[in-house]
Amino acid sequence: MRALRLGRWLRAGGLPVPVPPARAVLTAPGASPAPVPPRPTWQRGEPRPPPQQKVTVEVLDHLEHLALVDFRDAEGVERLQKAIQFADQLRDVNTDGVEPMDSVLEDRCLYLRDDDVTEGNCTNELLKNAREKVEEYFVAPPGNIPLPKLEERETFLQSS
Amino acid sequence: AALKRRVRFQVSAALKEGHVTPTELCQRCLSLIKSTKFLNAYITVAEETALKQAEESEKRYRKGQPLGVLDGIPIAVKDNFNTAGIETTCASNMLKGYISPYNATVVQKLLDQGAVLLGKTNLDEFAMGSGSTDGVFGPVRNPWSYSRQYKEKSVPKSHSEDEESNWVITGGSSGGSAAAVSSFTCFAALGSDTGGSTRNPAAHCGVVGLKPTYGLISRHGLIPLVNSMDVPGILTRCVDDAAVVLGSLAGHDPKDSTTIQDNFTPFELPNLTDVSKLSIGIPKEYHAPGLSSEILALWSKAAELFKNAGAKVIEVSLPHTCYSIVCYHVLCTAEVASNMARFDGLEYGHRSDMNKSTESMYAATRREGFNDVVRGRILSGNYFLLKQNYENYFIKAQKVRRLIANDFVKVFRSGVDILLTPTTLCDAVPYMEFIKEDNRTRSTQDDILTQAANMAGLPAINVPTALSERGLPIGLQFIGRSFQEKQLLTVAKWFEKQVKFPMIQLEEVKRHDHNAFQHQKSASFS
Repeated sequence: MRALRLGRWLRAGGLPVPVPPARAVLTAPGASPAPVPPRPTWQRGEPRPPPQQKVTVEVLDHLEHLALVDFRDAEGVERLQKAIQFADQLRDVNTDGVEPMDSVLEDRCLYLRDDDVTEGNCTNELLKNAREKVEEYFVAPPGNIPLPKLEERETFLQSS
Repeated sequence: AALKRRVRFQVSAALKEGHVTPTELCQRCLSLIKSTKFLNAYITVAEETALKQAEESEKRYRKGQPLGVLDGIPIAVKDNFNTAGIETTCASNMLKGYISPYNATVVQKLLDQGAVLLGKTNLDEFAMGSGSTDGVFGPVRNPWSYSRQYKEKSVPKSHSEDEESNWVITGGSSGGSAAAVSSFTCFAALGSDTGGSTRNPAAHCGVVGLKPTYGLISRHGLIPLVNSMDVPGILTRCVDDAAVVLGSLAGHDPKDSTTIQDNFTPFELPNLTDVSKLSIGIPKEYHAPGLSSEILALWSKAAELFKNAGAKVIEVSLPHTCYSIVCYHVLCTAEVASNMARFDGLEYGHRSDMNKSTESMYAATRREGFNDVVRGRILSGNYFLLKQNYENYFIKAQKVRRLIANDFVKVFRSGVDILLTPTTLCDAVPYMEFIKEDNRTRSTQDDILTQAANMAGLPAINVPTALSERGLPIGLQFIGRSFQEKQLLTVAKWFEKQVKFPMIQLEEVKRHDHNAFQHQKSASFS
C-alpha cells in the first residue's frame, strides 16, 4: 500500500514541476471548496542521469583518508554516487544574491562565557570510559605514521 | 479506568492526594515494560535507580512537599541523551558500554523536578533514519500493531503468521520514545528532532510530538547530529502534558551557547473556545507527491473544522518546500561528517585492537563501530566538503536554506498565525515492507513534510487525529512562529479536543491492569 507508487513521473528534465492548477473538489452542491489542494502541487524530479564522470578512485581513496571510514564494498561506492546525484538537484535553484545561512539564530547575539576555569578536577571520572590508559594519560598507538597507501591497504577500493 | 491511561495531570492529582504512591506507579510502569518487551522500545531499563527516585519522591509527598507537578512521574529518555551512571549507546556499537559521566541538561532538569527516569529508549543508530529500524539493538515495534483496532482491520494470511510478520514500524528516529509513551510504560518521553525524528514516530504511534523552536531548549548532553538543526523533542499522550514538560525544560542554559537568553516563563494552556481571530495557513506544497488519499481527506476535514468554527483558513505557498530534503541531505551529511569525527576510540567508546598507528586504529575503530548508514553519511558529507565541492554543494545548500526559511517568514508576516499540514505521507508501514528500500531513500520520502520546520528552526507539533482504514494512527502537524509555543500549543489543544482521538486498546495493558487492580487497596480513581 505504499502511497509513493501512485506518483507519476513527469519527464521534464528533472526539475520538480508544478502541476497545472486543479479544479476545486466540491463536497456538496453549493459548498465552498476547501483550501487544501486536491492534487499534489509538484512532482518529484526524474532521477538525473549519472554525472559525466563517475567519482574517481583517487577521490574515493582521498575520502577514505579524510573520513577514516571505508567504503567496504561496491554498495558503499554506489551509495555515494546516488547521494551526489540526489544533491545535484540543488543546481536547479536560483540563489543569485542569496547569502548562505549558518544558523537560524544569526540575528541574535549568543551567550559567550568569560574565559575563566570554573570546573574540572574530574580526571578519574573521565578516564573511566577509556580502554587504554596509563596513570592520567590516554594511550594512543604511535602517531605520525600515515595510513598505508591504497595498494598496501586492506580496502575494497584496491580491486576497483 | 486504569491509572496508567490517565494523562499526567490527573496522575499528579492522584499522587498528591495519596490515591497512588510514586513507588507503586514506578513499579507498575516497570512491570508493564517487562510485559511489553517484545516492542523493543527500551535499550536500558534503570530499575534500581528508578525505584530509588520513586522512594525519594514518596518521602516528599508524605511530607506534603512535592517538587512540582512532575514529581514522581515516570519518564523515558531517548538513548542519545547523556545520563550519568546509565549506559548511553545511541543504538551503536561505537558507544556500547559507554557510561556517561554527566546528565544532559534536559535530563538534569527533569530529575531536579523529581521525575523518575525509567530507562533509555531505542532509536535508529545515531538518530539517522525514519523507522527506528537501524539500531544495533534491533527495530522498535509499533504498539498499535498489537491493538484491537489494527488486528480487526488486518487480514491475516494464516493465524500463526499474523502477528509475527504483520507488525508495523514506529517511524523514527525517536521510535522507542514514541512506543514507550503510546504503550503506557511512561507518561512522557524525550526524543530528538533534526528532520522530523520526534513528529514522525508521534504520528505513527498516535501520540503528541512537539518540536520546540531551535534555541529554546538546551542541547547540552544531546549527542549531536546536525548542530544547527537538532532540538530535544517532547512526546506525551496529550497537549497539556507537552506544555508542562516544555515548561520544565525551556530556558537559557549557559552550557549551550545556542540557547537564547530571553526570559522564559512556563505557561498553562488556556481552554480556547473562540478561534475566530485565528488565521490558519494551508501550504499548498504540503500536498506532496505520494500523500495518501486518506491523509488528504483528513487534512481537508481539519481545515473545514477550523473554518466552521470561525477561523480564517487560507491557502498559502512555501515555494521551496520541494528542495528542503535535498538541502537537508547536504547540510546533514556535512555536519555529520564533522560530528562523527570525535569517535576515535581514544577517550571513550569502542576501540579496535589494531595498534599499528593512530590513524589505522581510528580507521579500524570506526569501521567496527559504525553501521552502513552512518558511514555512508560520513563519506557523503566529506565529499560535499571537499575543496572542489564546497561552493557548489555546501554553500549552495546554505543559500537554499535561507530561501526555505524566508518562505516561512513571508507567510507569517502576511498575517497567518499557524500552519496546518499533514505529518506523514501515509500511516505506518509493515516492517517487512519498510526494509525493502534503503535508509537514505526512506528518509528522503518520510521526512518531506517535517524537515522544513527544522531548516527554519520553527516550532511544530504532531497531534494524533484519527485512525486510518488499517486501524493505525494518523496525525496532523501544526507549525508556529518562532518562540510562540504558547500559541501553537493552545491551538493544538483546541484541535485535540475537537477530534477526540481514540485510545489504543492493547491486550497486554488490559491484562496487566486487571492484575494491578486485584492488589489495590483503595480503588477510587475518579
